[in-house]
Amino acid sequence: MTMAAVTTTRERIACTHCGLPVPRGLVEEGAAEQFCCNGCKTAFAVIHQCKLDRYYEFRERDFAAGTAQLQPAKITGKSYREFDDPTFLALHAPVMADGLRQADFYLEGAHCASCVWLVEKLPMMIAGVTESRLDLGKALVRVRFADGVALSQIARTLDNLGYAPHPARSSTARQVRQRDERRQMIRIGVAGACMGNVMLLGAALYAGLWASMDEVHVQLFRWLSMALGVLAVVWPGAVFFRGAWAAVRTRTPHLDVPIALALGAGTVAGFVNTLFNTGEIYFDSITTLVFMLLVGRFLQARQQATADDAIELLYSLTPISARRVVGEKVDDVPIASLNKGDVVEVRAGESVPVDGEIVRGETTLDESLLSGESRPKRATVEAIVCAGTTNLSSTIRVQVLATGEETRVGKLMRLVTECARKKAPIVLFADKLAGYFLVAVLSIAAAVLAFWLSRGDHNAVDYAVAVLIIACPCALGLATPLAVTVAIGRAARQGILIKGGETLERLSKPGMIYLDKTGTLTTGRTELVRFDGDRSLLPLIAALEAHSTHVIAQAFAAAGRSEERFEVQHVQQDARGGITGRVNGRAVVVGSPAFVATHTGVHADVQAILNDSLTPVVVAIDGQVMATAGFGHALRPDAGQALARLRERGWTIGVLSGDHPEIVARVANELGIDAAQVHGGLLPEQKLAIVERDMKSRPVVMVGDGVNDAAALAAATVGIAVQGGAEASLAAANIYLNKPGLAGIADVVDASGKTLAVIRRSLAASIAYNCITVSLAATGLITPLIAAIFMPISSITMLTLAMSARTFVKARAS
Amino acid sequence: MTVIYVVLPLALIFAGGALWAFIWSVKRGQFDDLSTPPLRMLHDDDK
Repeated sequence: MTMAAVTTTRERIACTHCGLPVPRGLVEEGAAEQFCCNGCKTAFAVIHQCKLDRYYEFRERDFAAGTAQLQPAKITGKSYREFDDPTFLALHAPVMADGLRQADFYLEGAHCASCVWLVEKLPMMIAGVTESRLDLGKALVRVRFADGVALSQIARTLDNLGYAPHPARSSTARQVRQRDERRQMIRIGVAGACMGNVMLLGAALYAGLWASMDEVHVQLFRWLSMALGVLAVVWPGAVFFRGAWAAVRTRTPHLDVPIALALGAGTVAGFVNTLFNTGEIYFDSITTLVFMLLVGRFLQARQQATADDAIELLYSLTPISARRVVGEKVDDVPIASLNKGDVVEVRAGESVPVDGEIVRGETTLDESLLSGESRPKRATVEAIVCAGTTNLSSTIRVQVLATGEETRVGKLMRLVTECARKKAPIVLFADKLAGYFLVAVLSIAAAVLAFWLSRGDHNAVDYAVAVLIIACPCALGLATPLAVTVAIGRAARQGILIKGGETLERLSKPGMIYLDKTGTLTTGRTELVRFDGDRSLLPLIAALEAHSTHVIAQAFAAAGRSEERFEVQHVQQDARGGITGRVNGRAVVVGSPAFVATHTGVHADVQAILNDSLTPVVVAIDGQVMATAGFGHALRPDAGQALARLRERGWTIGVLSGDHPEIVARVANELGIDAAQVHGGLLPEQKLAIVERDMKSRPVVMVGDGVNDAAALAAATVGIAVQGGAEASLAAANIYLNKPGLAGIADVVDASGKTLAVIRRSLAASIAYNCITVSLAATGLITPLIAAIFMPISSITMLTLAMSARTFVKARAS
Repeated sequence: MTVIYVVLPLALIFAGGALWAFIWSVKRGQFDDLSTPPLRMLHDDDK
């Protein structure tokens, strides 16, 4: 009664650090600061101690502006001791030229302006840190600090602020990308400057067509236009010639070929015409062409980089340290520094870092990522464990047999790299079109030349060149990058990360879609799937099961969690597979059928559960069997709907799983998947073989989450990795669904169709333009002025078509 | 109209200077991150 009075009179109390409501139990009477969790309390303490309370002022502003999100400080409380290991330091925090060390970390939970401010105040928190710069887009912080400052201390401070740091990998890959991006930007700058100036000169020349202009001035303007035009073609424009040359050498159609032809023909003709003061120069159109096409490509690259950064961040979340046991001391060391024969400790909930043999302890292991096997496996001393499995119940010590590349996972990863390398590149739709386009343009130009020559017109060559320039597929070159940029950007905002622009085109034709079972069709967690008995007993059973760390007990506890309070006494766990105790005075026994039978003397009927390929559990209360329960992996709630959407679009659905065939068959049956397309008990290599076999006749999409799917993901026409999957699957897949559920697959397939429709529409528009302009050019009616007007109009049309496309939009509404 | 012989090269020199400045800033990494600096400036008023 008094409790109720207290809680109702109090208004909702907001956490001092994160602003979320403070749970009733944590409100401290009379205290000025209130915290919703320990994390926020720690973060506040650090901030307050360093006199950085202004953070809260800034954050208020961000809340008002709607840029900051309410989220409690997520603090891992790790020691980060492995960061001080010399090998780690050399790898991730090298000494730079100025004698300072420099380390890059990806930060979890950095999202707003206040975060930037706080993270960049790191030098005020730790003596010896000279600079801390956060790139919010990439969630990447670069810390520079004096040699001698413990990196672990820096990491712990970031962690205590609520930004768990993860060392950024492969800085070489990032450097290469950065250099590439800068080079692209310089090219655009040069092309833009040339274009702007040639345009000004061009405007003067066009004005001179009506007003009179001194011949010397016309000459000067023409020569200057030529100088700038040639500069634009040989410097930034060189990429098109290189691309065209590569395409010619490998005999694959590519859009760069007609582009290079137009640029080349235009430049040579303009050069000759300037030199001999004959005919037209087209340098304004040529520079515009170079600039526009470069901008289109740059936009696509930028958007792609954003998706790549998100993937890079996910990569860095995988653990890189292991606990090495030396004597009786346990120490965090980087996985890279482990050797064969070392002993490592793996605690419950952690993933096993190496292949090895258990030397102490007994536990259950989840091997689903490695083999697809959905039932947890018991393992004890002398059992072999593999890297990539998850230790579920208790601490074990493992003697290292193999690390890194030598592990089972490492070997599978080699297979993945091989498959990815062998993957045949596809010819993009626009490139395919470019082949026909080239033939058409060349024959028209030849016909025009022949026609005017036969008429004895001395302008014949000029007319033919005009056809070549005017037919340059500028719009064609813009259509694909723009449509893909828009699609990738919108997808990323919905948690669908797409690697490589051609992925969307690969998905455009329906074919076969294979899904993994464990972790993909199902949630990958053991859950209560079936309960035969009085469901009102669930909270009571859960109260007892909450006392056990066993996987099934925890699933039971989760299924029956309630607000009710139970008095639980005399809890006894039995290694034979059960637990007993008194709950509210009633004797409760929960366990395997055999275990419960020893207590009740009655064998409960669990055949129905076994028929469903579930793990049976029996519940007896006061000596009576009261209920039977089946445990297994539950289907993802949206699986049925997502598959229905895919079927509607003409895809055939199949299952490739490493789990027991009967379990796979049950799941497939539940989803109405044709039994002929369902394969269970497969090894990773067999999955790969099936995918490769089917790819001979049609496109194959593989959807999976585990290491065991990785090779098939890499080999498939398109590989899609689902959320919560192994790092290997992330590396192998073309698309990563960074949100729970399978709806993303159908979304992506829809978006792919829409993107291709946009590309087709744009191409049709661009070809329509070309038909008009080419016929004008062929009849000798085109002037550089008309060309200069047509070009931007067609480019703007492309832009409008791409931006107005409803890619990914409808998916959200439904 | 002889002024054009002075003005035109001058304009091109200016354009070249701007281009050089752009390339210089790209190489210095000024354009690598376009989202954080505008946020950073919000807070530069302390001290």
